[in-house]
Amino acid sequence: MGLRLLLKREDLNHTGSHKINNVLGQALLAVRMGKTRLVAETGAGQHGVATATAAALLGLECVVYMGEVDMERQALNVFRMQLLGAEVRSAVSGSRTLKDAINEAMRDWVATVESSHYCLGSVMGPHPYPWMVRELHRVIGDEAREQCRQLLGSDPDVVTACVGGGSNAIGIFSGFVDGDAALVGVEPAGGAAIGRGVPGVVHGSKSFLMQDEHGQVLEAESISAGLDYPGIGPEHSHLAAIGRARYESVTDDEVVAAFELLSRTEGIIPALEPAHALAWVSRARGELAGQSVLLNLSGRGDKDVDQMMGRLAPDGGSSGGGSSNGDDGRSG
Amino acid sequence: MSTEPGALEAALRARRSQGGKALVPYLTGGLGDWQAGLAAAADAGADAIEVGIPFSDPVIDGPVIQEANDRALADGITPLAVLDALGRLDIGVPLAVMTYYNIVFRFGLERFASVLAERGVAAAILPDLPLEETGPWAEAADAAGVETVLLAAPTASDERLGRICARTRGFVYGVGLLGVTGVREELASSAVVMAGRLKQVTDVPVLVGVGVGTPEQAEEVCRVADGAVVGTAMVRRMMDEGPAAVGELVGRFRRALD
Repeated sequence: MGLRLLLKREDLNHTGSHKINNVLGQALLAVRMGKTRLVAETGAGQHGVATATAAALLGLECVVYMGEVDMERQALNVFRMQLLGAEVRSAVSGSRTLKDAINEAMRDWVATVESSHYCLGSVMGPHPYPWMVRELHRVIGDEAREQCRQLLGSDPDVVTACVGGGSNAIGIFSGFVDGDAALVGVEPAGGAAIGRGVPGVVHGSKSFLMQDEHGQVLEAESISAGLDYPGIGPEHSHLAAIGRARYESVTDDEVVAAFELLSRTEGIIPALEPAHALAWVSRARGELAGQSVLLNLSGRGDKDVDQMMGRLAPDGGSSGGGSSNGDDGRSG
Repeated sequence: MSTEPGALEAALRARRSQGGKALVPYLTGGLGDWQAGLAAAADAGADAIEVGIPFSDPVIDGPVIQEANDRALADGITPLAVLDALGRLDIGVPLAVMTYYNIVFRFGLERFASVLAERGVAAAILPDLPLEETGPWAEAADAAGVETVLLAAPTASDERLGRICARTRGFVYGVGLLGVTGVREELASSAVVMAGRLKQVTDVPVLVGVGVGTPEQAEEVCRVADGAVVGTAMVRRMMDEGPAAVGELVGRFRRALD
Protein backbone atom coordinates (compact mmCIF):
# COMPACT_ATOMS: atom_id res chain seq x y z
CA MET A 1 0.00 0.00 0.00
CA GLY A 2 3.01 2.28 0.11
CA LEU A 3 2.73 3.04 3.81
CA ARG A 4 3.73 1.38 7.07
CA LEU A 5 0.61 -0.13 8.63
CA LEU A 6 0.76 -1.26 12.26
CA LEU A 7 -2.10 -3.33 13.65
CA LYS A 8 -2.96 -3.12 17.35
CA ARG A 9 -4.11 -6.70 17.85
CA GLU A 10 -7.14 -6.35 20.15
CA ASP A 11 -8.60 -9.23 18.13
CA LEU A 12 -6.30 -11.56 20.08
CA ASN A 13 -8.00 -10.76 23.38
CA HIS A 14 -10.02 -13.42 25.15
CA THR A 15 -13.55 -13.41 23.62
CA GLY A 16 -12.17 -11.95 20.40
CA SER A 17 -12.35 -8.19 20.73
CA HIS A 18 -11.39 -5.17 22.81
CA LYS A 19 -14.74 -5.34 24.62
CA ILE A 20 -13.39 -7.49 27.46
CA ASN A 21 -11.26 -4.57 28.76
CA ASN A 22 -14.34 -2.59 29.70
CA VAL A 23 -16.46 -5.51 30.79
CA LEU A 24 -14.01 -6.92 33.33
CA GLY A 25 -13.73 -3.51 34.95
CA GLN A 26 -17.47 -2.98 35.13
CA ALA A 27 -18.16 -6.52 36.32
CA LEU A 28 -15.69 -6.12 39.18
CA LEU A 29 -17.34 -2.80 40.00
CA ALA A 30 -20.75 -4.52 40.03
CA VAL A 31 -19.49 -7.12 42.50
CA ARG A 32 -17.99 -4.37 44.64
CA MET A 33 -21.37 -2.58 44.68
CA GLY A 34 -23.07 -5.80 45.78
CA LYS A 35 -24.96 -6.30 42.52
CA THR A 36 -25.79 -9.86 41.50
CA ARG A 37 -26.93 -9.37 37.92
CA LEU A 38 -25.50 -7.77 34.78
CA VAL A 39 -27.67 -6.24 32.08
CA ALA A 40 -26.11 -5.43 28.73
CA GLU A 41 -26.98 -4.45 25.19
CA THR A 42 -25.13 -5.82 22.22
CA GLY A 43 -24.95 -5.08 18.52
CA ALA A 44 -22.60 -7.53 16.86
CA GLY A 45 -22.63 -9.67 19.97
CA GLN A 46 -19.02 -9.00 20.97
CA HIS A 47 -19.97 -6.92 24.01
CA GLY A 48 -22.64 -9.45 24.90
CA VAL A 49 -20.18 -12.33 24.71
CA ALA A 50 -17.66 -10.41 26.80
CA THR A 51 -20.33 -9.57 29.41
CA ALA A 52 -21.55 -13.17 29.51
CA THR A 53 -17.95 -14.29 29.99
CA ALA A 54 -17.33 -11.93 32.91
CA ALA A 55 -20.65 -12.92 34.46
CA ALA A 56 -19.75 -16.60 34.21
CA LEU A 57 -16.34 -15.96 35.74
CA LEU A 58 -17.70 -13.93 38.65
CA GLY A 59 -20.90 -15.88 39.26
CA LEU A 60 -23.30 -13.14 38.19
CA GLU A 61 -26.64 -13.55 36.46
CA CYS A 62 -26.56 -12.08 32.94
CA VAL A 63 -29.26 -10.80 30.56
CA VAL A 64 -28.24 -9.42 27.16
CA TYR A 65 -30.59 -7.44 24.91
CA MET A 66 -30.00 -7.71 21.20
CA GLY A 67 -31.95 -6.37 18.24
CA GLU A 68 -34.00 -9.00 16.45
CA VAL A 69 -32.25 -8.14 13.17
CA ASP A 70 -28.83 -8.53 14.81
CA MET A 71 -29.76 -11.89 16.36
CA GLU A 72 -30.30 -13.20 12.85
CA ARG A 73 -27.08 -11.91 11.35
CA GLN A 74 -24.97 -12.79 14.40
CA ALA A 75 -26.50 -16.15 15.30
CA LEU A 76 -23.11 -17.58 16.28
CA ASN A 77 -22.61 -14.98 18.99
CA VAL A 78 -26.15 -15.55 20.28
CA PHE A 79 -25.28 -19.19 20.83
CA ARG A 80 -21.93 -18.29 22.41
CA MET A 81 -23.71 -16.09 24.95
CA GLN A 82 -26.16 -18.87 25.72
CA LEU A 83 -23.31 -21.36 26.13
CA LEU A 84 -21.81 -18.96 28.67
CA GLY A 85 -25.04 -19.04 30.65
CA ALA A 86 -26.52 -15.70 29.60
CA GLU A 87 -30.13 -15.12 28.64
CA VAL A 88 -30.41 -13.31 25.30
CA ARG A 89 -33.60 -11.28 24.88
CA SER A 90 -34.59 -9.87 21.51
CA ALA A 91 -35.42 -6.18 21.11
CA VAL A 92 -38.36 -6.05 18.73
CA SER A 93 -39.11 -2.32 18.77
CA GLY A 94 -38.01 0.37 16.32
CA SER A 95 -35.20 -0.59 13.98
CA ARG A 96 -34.59 -3.80 15.97
CA THR A 97 -30.85 -3.10 16.13
CA LEU A 98 -28.36 -1.68 18.65
CA LYS A 99 -30.29 1.51 19.50
CA ASP A 100 -33.35 -0.51 20.44
CA ALA A 101 -31.30 -3.00 22.43
CA ILE A 102 -30.03 -0.03 24.48
CA ASN A 103 -33.62 1.16 25.04
CA GLU A 104 -34.60 -2.29 26.30
CA ALA A 105 -31.53 -2.60 28.53
CA MET A 106 -32.33 0.79 30.09
CA ARG A 107 -35.95 -0.25 30.69
CA ASP A 108 -34.74 -3.43 32.40
CA TRP A 109 -32.21 -1.51 34.46
CA VAL A 110 -34.65 1.06 35.85
CA ALA A 111 -36.82 -1.81 37.08
CA THR A 112 -33.97 -3.86 38.56
CA VAL A 113 -31.45 -1.26 39.66
CA GLU A 114 -31.33 -2.58 43.20
CA SER A 115 -29.82 -5.88 42.07
CA SER A 116 -28.51 -5.12 38.58
CA HIS A 117 -25.64 -3.20 37.07
CA TYR A 118 -26.04 -1.95 33.53
CA CYS A 119 -22.80 -2.99 31.84
CA LEU A 120 -22.92 -0.47 29.00
CA GLY A 121 -20.69 -1.44 26.11
CA SER A 122 -19.59 1.82 24.60
CA VAL A 123 -18.44 5.34 25.47
CA MET A 124 -21.97 6.68 25.56
CA GLY A 125 -24.96 6.93 27.89
CA PRO A 126 -25.23 9.10 31.00
CA HIS A 127 -22.25 10.15 33.09
CA PRO A 128 -20.11 8.42 34.27
CA TYR A 129 -20.30 5.88 31.45
CA PRO A 130 -18.49 7.77 28.66
CA TRP A 131 -15.65 8.59 31.03
CA MET A 132 -15.58 5.22 32.80
CA VAL A 133 -15.63 3.14 29.62
CA ARG A 134 -12.89 5.30 28.07
CA GLU A 135 -10.70 4.86 31.13
CA LEU A 136 -11.21 1.09 31.01
CA HIS A 137 -10.14 1.07 27.34
CA ARG A 138 -7.23 3.46 27.58
CA VAL A 139 -4.99 0.43 28.08
CA ILE A 140 -5.28 0.02 24.27
CA GLY A 141 -3.74 3.42 23.65
CA ASP A 142 -1.19 3.13 26.44
CA GLU A 143 0.09 -0.22 25.13
CA ALA A 144 0.09 0.94 21.51
CA ARG A 145 2.01 4.11 22.34
CA GLU A 146 4.66 2.11 24.19
CA GLN A 147 4.97 -0.35 21.29
CA CYS A 148 5.11 2.42 18.69
CA ARG A 149 7.93 4.09 20.52
CA GLN A 150 9.87 0.82 20.49
CA LEU A 151 9.15 0.12 16.82
CA LEU A 152 9.19 3.60 15.34
CA GLY A 153 11.06 5.62 17.92
CA SER A 154 8.09 7.98 18.00
CA ASP A 155 4.31 8.17 17.77
CA PRO A 156 2.86 7.09 14.40
CA ASP A 157 1.79 9.74 11.89
CA VAL A 158 -1.81 8.55 11.93
CA VAL A 159 -3.95 6.61 14.42
CA THR A 160 -7.18 5.19 13.04
CA ALA A 161 -10.08 3.09 14.32
CA CYS A 162 -13.68 2.35 13.46
CA VAL A 163 -16.42 4.24 15.29
CA GLY A 164 -19.97 3.22 16.13
CA GLY A 165 -20.47 4.37 19.72
CA GLY A 166 -16.70 4.68 19.64
CA SER A 167 -15.19 2.63 22.49
CA ASN A 168 -12.23 1.05 20.70
CA ALA A 169 -11.43 4.34 18.98
CA ILE A 170 -11.50 6.40 22.15
CA GLY A 171 -9.36 3.73 23.82
CA ILE A 172 -6.58 3.95 21.24
CA PHE A 173 -6.97 7.74 20.79
CA SER A 174 -6.48 8.27 24.51
CA GLY A 175 -2.87 7.17 24.17
CA PHE A 176 -2.14 9.75 21.50
CA VAL A 177 -4.55 12.63 22.00
CA ASP A 178 -1.91 14.72 23.78
CA GLY A 179 0.65 14.14 21.01
CA ASP A 180 0.94 15.06 17.36
CA ALA A 181 -0.47 11.97 15.60
CA ALA A 182 -3.47 12.61 13.36
CA LEU A 183 -6.55 10.84 14.78
CA VAL A 184 -9.04 9.45 12.27
CA GLY A 185 -12.30 7.74 13.24
CA VAL A 186 -14.08 5.79 10.53
CA GLU A 187 -17.87 5.55 10.54
CA PRO A 188 -20.12 3.45 8.32
CA ALA A 189 -21.73 5.62 5.64
CA GLY A 190 -25.17 4.49 6.83
CA GLY A 191 -24.48 5.34 10.47
CA ALA A 192 -22.31 8.42 10.26
CA ALA A 193 -23.28 10.37 13.37
CA ILE A 194 -20.58 12.99 12.87
CA GLY A 195 -20.72 12.87 9.08
CA ARG A 196 -24.51 13.22 8.89
CA GLY A 197 -25.67 14.10 12.39
CA VAL A 198 -26.49 17.25 14.32
CA PRO A 199 -26.38 17.77 18.09
CA GLY A 200 -29.00 15.85 20.02
CA VAL A 201 -29.69 14.33 23.45
CA VAL A 202 -30.52 10.65 23.69
CA HIS A 203 -29.61 7.76 25.99
CA GLY A 204 -28.41 10.25 28.57
CA SER A 205 -25.82 12.25 26.69
CA LYS A 206 -25.55 15.17 24.30
CA SER A 207 -23.67 14.36 21.13
CA PHE A 208 -23.95 14.26 17.36
CA LEU A 209 -26.99 12.23 16.40
CA MET A 210 -28.68 11.16 13.18
CA GLN A 211 -32.19 12.58 13.53
CA ASP A 212 -34.91 14.20 11.46
CA GLU A 213 -35.87 17.86 11.67
CA HIS A 214 -38.31 17.14 14.51
CA GLY A 215 -35.77 15.36 16.70
CA GLN A 216 -36.88 11.78 15.94
CA VAL A 217 -33.87 9.48 15.96
CA LEU A 218 -33.13 7.94 12.56
CA GLU A 219 -32.30 4.33 11.98
CA ALA A 220 -28.69 3.59 11.13
CA GLU A 221 -27.90 1.05 8.43
CA SER A 222 -24.63 -0.79 8.20
CA ILE A 223 -23.28 -4.15 7.13
CA SER A 224 -21.72 -4.25 10.58
CA ALA A 225 -24.07 -4.81 13.49
CA GLY A 226 -21.47 -3.41 15.87
CA LEU A 227 -21.51 0.03 14.22
CA ASP A 228 -25.23 0.18 13.51
CA TYR A 229 -25.89 3.11 15.86
CA PRO A 230 -27.22 6.58 14.97
CA GLY A 231 -25.27 8.36 17.71
CA ILE A 232 -21.67 8.53 18.85
CA GLY A 233 -19.94 8.94 22.20
CA PRO A 234 -19.84 12.55 23.40
CA GLU A 235 -16.04 12.64 23.65
CA HIS A 236 -15.82 11.90 19.93
CA SER A 237 -18.18 14.79 19.23
CA HIS A 238 -15.91 16.96 21.35
CA LEU A 239 -12.74 15.81 19.55
CA ALA A 240 -14.45 16.53 16.21
CA ALA A 241 -15.73 19.93 17.37
CA ILE A 242 -12.29 21.11 18.52
CA GLY A 243 -10.62 19.69 15.40
CA ARG A 244 -8.39 17.21 17.25
CA ALA A 245 -9.82 14.17 15.44
CA ARG A 246 -11.48 13.84 12.08
CA TYR A 247 -14.16 11.40 11.06
CA GLU A 248 -14.45 9.73 7.67
CA SER A 249 -17.06 7.32 6.41
CA VAL A 250 -16.83 4.24 4.18
CA THR A 251 -19.40 2.21 2.28
CA ASP A 252 -20.33 -1.42 2.86
CA ASP A 253 -18.64 -2.40 -0.42
CA GLU A 254 -15.38 -0.77 0.64
CA VAL A 255 -15.60 -2.65 3.96
CA VAL A 256 -16.06 -6.01 2.26
CA ALA A 257 -13.07 -5.32 0.03
CA ALA A 258 -10.93 -4.49 3.07
CA PHE A 259 -12.18 -7.61 4.88
CA GLU A 260 -10.95 -9.73 1.97
CA LEU A 261 -7.71 -7.77 1.57
CA LEU A 262 -6.50 -8.34 5.14
CA SER A 263 -7.57 -11.98 5.07
CA ARG A 264 -5.60 -12.69 1.89
CA THR A 265 -2.52 -10.59 2.46
CA GLU A 266 -1.89 -11.04 6.19
CA GLY A 267 -3.79 -14.19 7.07
CA ILE A 268 -5.87 -12.22 9.56
CA ILE A 269 -9.65 -12.33 9.20
CA PRO A 270 -10.79 -9.05 10.77
CA ALA A 271 -14.20 -8.28 12.20
CA LEU A 272 -16.30 -6.14 9.87
CA GLU A 273 -16.01 -3.26 12.34
CA PRO A 274 -12.22 -2.68 12.11
CA ALA A 275 -12.45 -3.50 8.39
CA HIS A 276 -14.03 -0.02 8.20
CA ALA A 277 -10.80 1.57 9.38
CA LEU A 278 -8.80 -0.54 6.94
CA ALA A 279 -11.17 0.45 4.14
CA TRP A 280 -10.40 4.10 4.83
CA VAL A 281 -6.64 3.45 4.90
CA SER A 282 -6.94 1.63 1.60
CA ARG A 283 -8.89 4.44 0.01
CA ALA A 284 -6.60 7.15 1.41
CA ARG A 285 -3.33 5.32 0.69
CA GLY A 286 -2.22 7.96 -1.80
CA GLU A 287 -2.57 10.66 0.82
CA LEU A 288 -0.90 8.40 3.40
CA ALA A 289 2.05 7.34 1.22
CA GLY A 290 5.25 6.94 3.21
CA GLN A 291 3.53 7.50 6.55
CA SER A 292 3.19 5.24 9.56
CA VAL A 293 -0.41 4.33 10.31
CA LEU A 294 -1.56 2.63 13.50
CA LEU A 295 -4.89 0.83 13.11
CA ASN A 296 -6.84 -0.61 16.00
CA LEU A 297 -7.78 -4.11 14.90
CA SER A 298 -10.54 -4.21 17.49
CA GLY A 299 -11.92 -7.67 16.84
CA ARG A 300 -11.58 -10.88 14.90
CA GLY A 301 -13.85 -11.88 12.05
CA ASP A 302 -15.00 -15.37 12.99
CA LYS A 303 -18.43 -14.01 13.90
CA ASP A 304 -18.77 -12.47 10.42
CA VAL A 305 -17.70 -15.44 8.32
CA ASP A 306 -21.22 -16.78 8.00
CA GLN A 307 -22.59 -13.40 6.91
CA MET A 308 -19.74 -13.00 4.40
CA MET A 309 -20.40 -16.48 2.99
CA GLY A 310 -23.80 -15.24 1.99
CA ARG A 311 -22.32 -12.19 0.32
CA LEU A 312 -19.16 -13.55 -1.28
CA ALA A 313 -19.37 -16.57 -3.54
CA PRO A 314 -16.93 -19.33 -2.49
CA ASP A 315 -13.85 -20.20 -4.56
CA GLY A 316 -13.80 -16.91 -6.44
CA GLY A 317 -17.22 -17.45 -7.98
CA SER A 318 -18.95 -14.53 -9.57
CA SER A 319 -22.25 -13.98 -7.77
CA GLY A 320 -21.71 -10.73 -5.95
CA GLY A 321 -18.11 -11.48 -4.95
CA GLY A 322 -16.58 -9.97 -8.06
CA SER A 323 -18.31 -6.64 -7.75
CA SER A 324 -17.32 -6.14 -4.14
CA ASN A 325 -13.82 -7.54 -4.51
CA GLY A 326 -11.72 -4.47 -4.35
CA ASP A 327 -11.51 -2.22 -7.33
CA ASP A 328 -14.88 -0.51 -7.39
CA GLY A 329 -14.85 -0.31 -3.63
CA ARG A 330 -11.54 1.53 -3.58
CA SER A 331 -12.31 4.03 -6.27
CA GLY A 332 -14.02 6.50 -3.95
CA MET B 1 -39.51 34.73 40.17
CA SER B 2 -43.24 34.79 40.85
CA THR B 3 -44.65 32.48 43.48
CA GLU B 4 -48.11 32.77 41.92
CA PRO B 5 -49.13 29.23 40.93
CA GLY B 6 -49.83 28.51 37.26
CA ALA B 7 -53.08 27.17 35.85
CA LEU B 8 -52.18 23.53 36.45
CA GLU B 9 -51.12 23.98 40.06
CA ALA B 10 -54.13 26.22 40.73
CA ALA B 11 -56.54 23.56 39.45
CA LEU B 12 -54.90 20.80 41.50
CA ARG B 13 -54.78 22.92 44.66
CA ALA B 14 -58.44 23.80 44.19
CA ARG B 15 -59.37 20.13 44.01
CA ARG B 16 -57.33 19.42 47.14
CA SER B 17 -58.78 22.32 49.10
CA GLN B 18 -62.27 20.97 48.39
CA GLY B 19 -61.19 17.71 50.00
CA GLY B 20 -60.98 15.91 46.65
CA LYS B 21 -58.38 13.89 44.83
CA ALA B 22 -56.99 14.89 41.45
CA LEU B 23 -57.21 12.70 38.38
CA VAL B 24 -54.81 13.30 35.49
CA PRO B 25 -55.20 10.90 32.56
CA TYR B 26 -52.57 10.66 29.80
CA LEU B 27 -53.11 10.20 26.07
CA THR B 28 -50.61 10.11 23.23
CA GLY B 29 -50.95 13.01 20.79
CA GLY B 30 -51.58 11.91 17.21
CA LEU B 31 -52.95 8.50 18.21
CA GLY B 32 -56.22 7.91 16.35
CA ASP B 33 -58.96 10.41 17.22
CA TRP B 34 -56.94 11.69 20.16
CA GLN B 35 -58.56 15.11 20.36
CA ALA B 36 -61.96 13.50 20.87
CA GLY B 37 -60.28 11.36 23.53
CA LEU B 38 -59.08 14.46 25.37
CA ALA B 39 -62.54 16.02 25.23
CA ALA B 40 -64.14 12.81 26.52
CA ALA B 41 -61.65 12.66 29.38
CA ALA B 42 -62.36 16.27 30.35
CA ASP B 43 -66.13 15.69 30.23
CA ALA B 44 -65.78 12.60 32.43
CA GLY B 45 -64.07 14.51 35.22
CA ALA B 46 -60.34 14.78 34.58
CA ASP B 47 -58.77 17.64 36.57
CA ALA B 48 -56.04 18.10 33.99
CA ILE B 49 -54.75 16.05 31.07
CA GLU B 50 -51.25 14.97 30.12
CA VAL B 51 -50.67 14.80 26.35
CA GLY B 52 -47.69 12.90 24.95
CA ILE B 53 -45.74 14.30 22.04
CA PRO B 54 -44.49 11.12 20.36
CA PHE B 55 -40.77 10.29 20.31
CA SER B 56 -38.92 7.55 18.48
CA ASP B 57 -37.18 6.25 21.62
CA PRO B 58 -39.54 6.60 24.61
CA VAL B 59 -37.39 4.91 27.23
CA ILE B 60 -39.53 5.57 30.32
CA ASP B 61 -42.50 3.95 28.57
CA GLY B 62 -43.51 0.31 28.43
CA PRO B 63 -44.75 -1.57 25.35
CA VAL B 64 -48.26 -0.05 25.18
CA ILE B 65 -47.28 3.62 25.14
CA GLN B 66 -44.29 2.81 22.96
CA GLU B 67 -46.67 1.27 20.43
CA ALA B 68 -48.87 4.37 20.65
CA ASN B 69 -45.81 6.53 19.93
CA ASP B 70 -44.84 4.36 16.97
CA ARG B 71 -48.37 4.41 15.52
CA ALA B 72 -48.72 8.18 15.84
CA LEU B 73 -45.31 8.74 14.23
CA ALA B 74 -46.18 6.36 11.42
CA ASP B 75 -49.30 8.47 10.83
CA GLY B 76 -47.03 11.49 10.39
CA ILE B 77 -47.64 13.43 13.59
CA THR B 78 -45.11 16.19 14.41
CA PRO B 79 -44.50 18.12 17.64
CA LEU B 80 -45.87 21.33 16.16
CA ALA B 81 -48.97 19.57 14.84
CA VAL B 82 -49.75 18.34 18.38
CA LEU B 83 -49.24 21.80 19.84
CA ASP B 84 -51.31 23.51 17.13
CA ALA B 85 -54.16 21.08 17.74
CA LEU B 86 -53.99 21.75 21.49
CA GLY B 87 -54.17 25.46 20.73
CA ARG B 88 -57.48 24.96 18.92
CA LEU B 89 -58.90 22.73 21.64
CA ASP B 90 -61.23 24.25 24.25
CA ILE B 91 -62.06 21.57 26.82
CA GLY B 92 -61.91 23.55 30.04
CA VAL B 93 -59.07 21.76 31.89
CA PRO B 94 -55.35 22.57 32.06
CA LEU B 95 -53.12 20.63 29.68
CA ALA B 96 -49.55 19.41 30.23
CA VAL B 97 -47.42 18.02 27.43
CA MET B 98 -45.15 15.08 28.16
CA THR B 99 -42.26 14.41 25.83
CA TYR B 100 -38.56 13.63 25.72
CA TYR B 101 -35.84 16.24 25.88
CA ASN B 102 -34.47 15.78 22.36
CA ILE B 103 -37.81 16.95 20.93
CA VAL B 104 -37.58 20.17 22.94
CA PHE B 105 -33.85 20.59 22.30
CA ARG B 106 -34.36 20.28 18.54
CA PHE B 107 -37.38 22.60 18.60
CA GLY B 108 -35.39 25.19 20.55
CA LEU B 109 -35.94 25.74 24.28
CA GLU B 110 -37.25 29.32 24.12
CA ARG B 111 -39.33 28.61 21.04
CA PHE B 112 -40.88 25.50 22.59
CA ALA B 113 -41.74 27.38 25.78
CA SER B 114 -43.28 30.30 23.91
CA VAL B 115 -45.29 28.03 21.59
CA LEU B 116 -46.66 26.17 24.64
CA ALA B 117 -47.70 29.49 26.17
CA GLU B 118 -49.25 30.75 22.93
CA ARG B 119 -51.23 27.53 22.48
CA GLY B 120 -52.52 27.72 26.04
CA VAL B 121 -50.63 24.66 27.31
CA ALA B 122 -50.01 25.07 31.03
CA ALA B 123 -47.11 22.73 31.67
CA ALA B 124 -44.41 20.39 30.38
CA ILE B 125 -43.12 17.06 31.69
CA LEU B 126 -39.71 15.89 30.40
CA PRO B 127 -38.90 12.60 32.12
CA ASP B 128 -35.40 12.19 30.68
CA LEU B 129 -34.26 15.61 31.87
CA PRO B 130 -32.72 15.10 35.32
CA LEU B 131 -32.81 17.81 37.97
CA GLU B 132 -29.14 18.70 37.42
CA GLU B 133 -29.76 19.44 33.73
CA THR B 134 -33.10 21.21 34.14
CA GLY B 135 -31.75 24.77 34.39
CA PRO B 136 -31.82 26.10 30.80
CA TRP B 137 -35.23 24.58 30.04
CA ALA B 138 -36.78 25.61 33.36
CA GLU B 139 -35.58 29.20 32.92
CA ALA B 140 -37.11 29.36 29.44
CA ALA B 141 -40.33 27.82 30.77
CA ASP B 142 -40.50 30.18 33.76
CA ALA B 143 -39.99 33.18 31.50
CA ALA B 144 -42.88 32.03 29.29
CA GLY B 145 -45.14 31.22 32.23
CA VAL B 146 -45.04 27.46 31.57
CA GLU B 147 -44.97 25.11 34.57
CA THR B 148 -42.24 22.40 34.57
CA VAL B 149 -43.35 19.23 36.36
CA LEU B 150 -40.45 17.18 37.72
CA LEU B 151 -40.46 13.47 38.43
CA ALA B 152 -39.31 11.95 41.71
CA ALA B 153 -37.99 8.38 41.62
CA PRO B 154 -38.23 5.90 44.50
CA THR B 155 -34.42 5.72 44.57
CA ALA B 156 -34.05 9.44 45.34
CA SER B 157 -32.82 10.40 48.80
CA ASP B 158 -34.95 12.64 51.03
CA GLU B 159 -32.48 15.45 50.41
CA ARG B 160 -32.93 15.06 46.66
CA LEU B 161 -36.71 14.88 46.98
CA GLY B 162 -36.55 18.24 48.73
CA ARG B 163 -34.61 19.80 45.87
CA ILE B 164 -36.98 18.29 43.29
CA CYS B 165 -40.02 19.64 45.12
CA ALA B 166 -38.42 23.08 45.37
CA ARG B 167 -37.91 23.22 41.60
CA THR B 168 -41.10 21.55 40.37
CA ARG B 169 -44.12 23.57 39.22
CA GLY B 170 -47.72 22.40 38.83
CA PHE B 171 -47.29 19.26 40.88
CA VAL B 172 -44.58 16.80 41.80
CA TYR B 173 -44.82 13.56 39.84
CA GLY B 174 -44.04 10.69 42.19
CA VAL B 175 -42.93 7.62 40.25
CA GLY B 176 -44.84 4.75 41.81
CA LEU B 177 -42.33 2.00 41.26
CA LEU B 178 -38.92 1.15 39.83
CA GLY B 179 -39.77 0.51 36.22
CA VAL B 180 -41.44 1.78 33.08
CA THR B 181 -45.05 2.78 32.45
CA GLY B 182 -47.58 -0.03 32.34
CA VAL B 183 -50.50 -1.65 34.16
CA ARG B 184 -49.61 -4.10 36.98
CA GLU B 185 -51.78 -6.59 38.81
CA GLU B 186 -51.38 -4.79 42.10
CA LEU B 187 -50.29 -1.37 43.24
CA ALA B 188 -46.63 -1.51 44.24
CA SER B 189 -46.06 -0.77 47.93
CA SER B 190 -43.49 1.78 46.75
CA ALA B 191 -46.29 3.97 45.35
CA VAL B 192 -47.79 4.72 48.76
CA VAL B 193 -44.33 5.08 50.30
CA MET B 194 -43.39 7.55 47.55
CA ALA B 195 -46.52 9.60 48.17
CA GLY B 196 -45.87 9.71 51.89
CA ARG B 197 -42.23 10.74 51.51
CA LEU B 198 -43.18 13.55 49.13
CA LYS B 199 -46.04 14.78 51.31
CA GLN B 200 -43.57 15.15 54.17
CA VAL B 201 -41.32 17.52 52.25
CA THR B 202 -43.70 19.65 50.16
CA ASP B 203 -46.94 21.55 50.03
CA VAL B 204 -47.01 21.27 46.22
CA PRO B 205 -49.69 18.78 45.06
CA VAL B 206 -48.27 15.23 45.07
CA LEU B 207 -49.51 13.01 42.23
CA VAL B 208 -48.35 9.44 41.71
CA GLY B 209 -48.12 7.73 38.34
CA VAL B 210 -46.42 4.73 36.69
CA GLY B 211 -48.06 1.49 37.73
CA VAL B 212 -51.43 3.07 38.64
CA GLY B 213 -53.67 1.17 36.24
CA THR B 214 -57.09 0.57 37.84
CA PRO B 215 -59.63 2.69 39.74
CA GLU B 216 -58.94 0.58 42.84
CA GLN B 217 -55.18 1.23 42.60
CA ALA B 218 -55.82 4.96 42.15
CA GLU B 219 -58.05 5.02 45.19
CA GLU B 220 -55.43 3.13 47.21
CA VAL B 221 -52.56 5.48 46.37
CA CYS B 222 -54.77 8.54 46.86
CA ARG B 223 -55.30 7.66 50.50
CA VAL B 224 -51.92 9.37 50.82
CA ALA B 225 -51.30 11.17 47.51
CA ASP B 226 -53.21 14.24 46.30
CA GLY B 227 -53.95 12.55 43.01
CA ALA B 228 -52.99 10.01 40.38
CA VAL B 229 -51.71 10.04 36.80
CA VAL B 230 -53.09 7.22 34.67
CA GLY B 231 -51.44 6.55 31.32
CA THR B 232 -51.20 3.04 29.94
CA ALA B 233 -54.75 2.00 30.84
CA MET B 234 -56.09 5.06 28.97
CA VAL B 235 -53.89 4.51 25.92
CA ARG B 236 -54.86 0.83 25.79
CA ARG B 237 -58.55 1.84 25.79
CA MET B 238 -57.90 4.47 23.13
CA MET B 239 -56.20 1.96 20.84
CA ASP B 240 -58.72 -0.83 21.38
CA GLU B 241 -62.04 0.99 21.62
CA GLY B 242 -61.63 4.73 20.91
CA PRO B 243 -62.49 8.06 22.57
CA ALA B 244 -65.90 7.18 24.07
CA ALA B 245 -64.36 4.24 25.94
CA VAL B 246 -61.65 6.56 27.29
CA GLY B 247 -64.42 8.80 28.68
CA GLU B 248 -66.09 5.81 30.27
CA LEU B 249 -62.82 4.71 31.92
CA VAL B 250 -62.05 8.21 33.21
CA GLY B 251 -65.54 8.22 34.73
CA ARG B 252 -64.82 4.99 36.62
CA PHE B 253 -61.59 6.44 38.01
CA ARG B 254 -63.44 9.63 38.94
CA ARG B 255 -66.09 7.75 40.90
CA ALA B 256 -63.43 5.67 42.67
CA LEU B 257 -61.66 8.83 43.84
CA ASP B 258 -64.77 10.82 44.86
